[in-house]
Amino acid sequence: MLKYVLKRIALLIPTLIGVATLVFAMVALSPGDPARVMLGERANKEQLEKLRSELGLDRPLIEQYGIYMKNMVQFDFGESIKTGRKVSEEIKELYPATIELAFFAMLFATTLGIIIGVLSATRRNTWIDYTSMVGALFGVSMPVFWLALVLMMIFSVGLDWFPTGGRINIRYYFEAITNFYIIDTFIYWIRDGDPKFLISSLKHMVLPALALGTIPLAIIARVTRSSMLEVLKQDYVKTARSAGIVEKRVVYRYALKNALLPVVTIIGLQFGLLLSGAILTETIFAWPGIGKWIYKAIEARDYPAVQGGVIVIATSFVLINLVVDILYSIVNPKIRLQ
Amino acid sequence: MKKAFNVLLIFLLAFTVFAGGQQDAGQAEVEAAEETTEGPQSGGVLVFGRGGDSVGLDPARETDGESFYATTQIFDNLVEFKNGTTEIQPALAKSWDISDDNLTFTFHLVEDATFHDGTPFNAEAVVFSLGRQMWEDHPYYDLGPWKYWGYMDMSNIVEDIVAVDEYTVRFDLKKVEAPFLANLAMDFAAMVSPTAVEKYGEDFKSNPVGTGPFKFVSWQKDSNIVLERNENYWRRPAYLDRLILEVIPDPTARYLALQKGEIDVMDFPSPEDIEDMKADPDIKVIQQPGLNVGYLALNCEKEPFDDKRVRQAFNYAINKDEIIEAVFGSAGTPAKNPLPPTMWSYNDSIDPYPYDPAKAKELLAEAGYPDGFETDLWAMPVARPYFPDGRKVAEIMQAQLKEIGVEAEIVSYDWGTYLDRTDSGEHETALLGWTGDNGDPDNFLFVLLSAAAAEVPAGNIAFWKDEEFNELIIEAKETFDRERRTELYMEAQEVFHEEAPWVPVAHSIVTEPMQPNVMNFKLSPVGKRVFYSVWLDQ
Repeated sequence: MLKYVLKRIALLIPTLIGVATLVFAMVALSPGDPARVMLGERANKEQLEKLRSELGLDRPLIEQYGIYMKNMVQFDFGESIKTGRKVSEEIKELYPATIELAFFAMLFATTLGIIIGVLSATRRNTWIDYTSMVGALFGVSMPVFWLALVLMMIFSVGLDWFPTGGRINIRYYFEAITNFYIIDTFIYWIRDGDPKFLISSLKHMVLPALALGTIPLAIIARVTRSSMLEVLKQDYVKTARSAGIVEKRVVYRYALKNALLPVVTIIGLQFGLLLSGAILTETIFAWPGIGKWIYKAIEARDYPAVQGGVIVIATSFVLINLVVDILYSIVNPKIRLQ
Repeated sequence: MKKAFNVLLIFLLAFTVFAGGQQDAGQAEVEAAEETTEGPQSGGVLVFGRGGDSVGLDPARETDGESFYATTQIFDNLVEFKNGTTEIQPALAKSWDISDDNLTFTFHLVEDATFHDGTPFNAEAVVFSLGRQMWEDHPYYDLGPWKYWGYMDMSNIVEDIVAVDEYTVRFDLKKVEAPFLANLAMDFAAMVSPTAVEKYGEDFKSNPVGTGPFKFVSWQKDSNIVLERNENYWRRPAYLDRLILEVIPDPTARYLALQKGEIDVMDFPSPEDIEDMKADPDIKVIQQPGLNVGYLALNCEKEPFDDKRVRQAFNYAINKDEIIEAVFGSAGTPAKNPLPPTMWSYNDSIDPYPYDPAKAKELLAEAGYPDGFETDLWAMPVARPYFPDGRKVAEIMQAQLKEIGVEAEIVSYDWGTYLDRTDSGEHETALLGWTGDNGDPDNFLFVLLSAAAAEVPAGNIAFWKDEEFNELIIEAKETFDRERRTELYMEAQEVFHEEAPWVPVAHSIVTEPMQPNVMNFKLSPVGKRVFYSVWLDQ
């Protein structure tokens, strides 16, 4: 097992080199001169040339690639062209927000998705099944920005249960420690005995997590349902039933565990996707995550930021895949990790 | 294999999303709305909800409005714009003398100002703050690029900056330049603490230290910047205890946050919400035309636009009202001059070309094009304050030009390429615009229409070189008397109108909705948001 994990981690390196090269190629091939984009309407020739040489854009492509790979190997993403700050520093500030939101969105999607999926499978062709599956269809096809605004109108402006956006009450005198606000505010609670920070950050989490989790929720519910139906048809389930085992036990103890295999894959994929940031949710809920940041970086031709951001996301994605593969073996020991 | 697929998926994700528009944090501008007050109250926290984060907090290094929103509160200049106007008034320089040849400016500094880190403000600090942008051998020159210093052509204006004594500083100029004083009121000319720059180096842009009414507390990327009152301010301290600049990218969400009272002042509302906001008694709305202009430049070096009649015909053929209604809503106003109406010396006596396609056709026939002709029409790919949707403007123009027989093909590139190619004059007609920097007409007329600016890469993308016009604006540039300058600029605008190198299209209107208890907030014509004198009625 350990050997397998180590091997997988070692495989990460060629994968990331591939990713880095691809990113470089895409950036180099995409149109638009970053110096020009940065300087805008007001640029003059001197300034353009100076900036290009500062950015190393006047060197041959192959030399640029060499320098780039050398830096990547040392996990040095360089400085953002736009802000002049270290890319790694900016990612450190923003990525925790994305991870935290993705985690809670998946928590919501997974719990509810599996419950709904199992209920519709076991009560196939009843009103519960129909309602959930129509709901799931609605969920996957709903535009996120619309859902986000509707949630905000109802629960924030209308009922005044939750704030409209941000990660914590703006007026609190709060300074982040790890940038994982739930953890930070928990530390505040332990330290100062005042839970208001934690409560505020949890309240701020609810609507964005609901909005972001809806599509994964619908997908998970549908996959769970079809997988359950598949499993419930199998002989060993029939055997269990004919042996007189209580239906609940048959479903939850014997069928569900096997049915979860494809669900785990889907959860992993969805989680990976959410970790690449969610531009719309982040924009509407003023959530300072990595999605919008990368989007802006691409727009501004901020090469170092794009490269650093994509590498970090790709790494997370690969790591999640690894975790999924390990979970496989736990859910189903029949799968050998070779 | 699966991994490779996943990786590919990430790319698709990252790279398919960037076809959309851009939120722009450009400078806008404003005027004053007055409240009767019972006298300001001190205290309270004000949250300013805005569309984007600051890029950096070294005012000399940045160029975007969002960065200046923060730095304006933290830093002071030698001179400043009187709140809500483009008039210059003393600030860290309590007075100044100008030599008879207009080439030497001697500033007398206030003597009791200190930076937030305790460093005293003096002549050395002035030399440091501007010298680091000017002298390539300055130890901190490398912290640049000092873009605005370049934009304002300061290296060709300033010969030397000398600390005469502790509180006197002298500027020797290379040439007579009337807008020089206005340049010193711009953000890039802010006074920074030399000790702090030495201490933080590269990180000064995340740890700004100035002499301003607010001190920097913290900055959470893409989220908020927190400032607090500088109790030791060299003037009356600010009224607000704290000022928080909060990023809420989506304008609808920003509006909801305002309605809920989560924020006190809201920047850049979306045009379709403005009427609702005005009707809401719980929201106070301040509006003012922006210090900007959006225009269609007609390339005078290319046929048939070398003929004045063709250019005038375009001015008659384009219906600005239709464009404004479709693109700006209530956030725009038609333009007739290259200068925006809030700029001093704006010539309001000029009658705009009316929408008159028949007259346009007549002029085209006179010029030898009775059946029209084919041309191109370049459309900007991004949203800017002066054109929220360049593509849409171009489409409407295209339809309008068709009515006079002109077939215009819309051309567009990514923003960087667009600027490059229009700068070198590849277009026949192109949409572009400008937002004013220093509240001086020279900043529009010289930068955008002078013969000097028609050299590649050109600011004058109409490539219009009119002798009379150039004489007028150059004389105005070298004249210090405001009245005389006004006369010259008025006349220059008449020449512009007659020669018609552009179709001036629109000025956008800046709207700032806020809570009714936010008092004494004035929109600045140069796009600043100044909170020094703002107070909360509690």
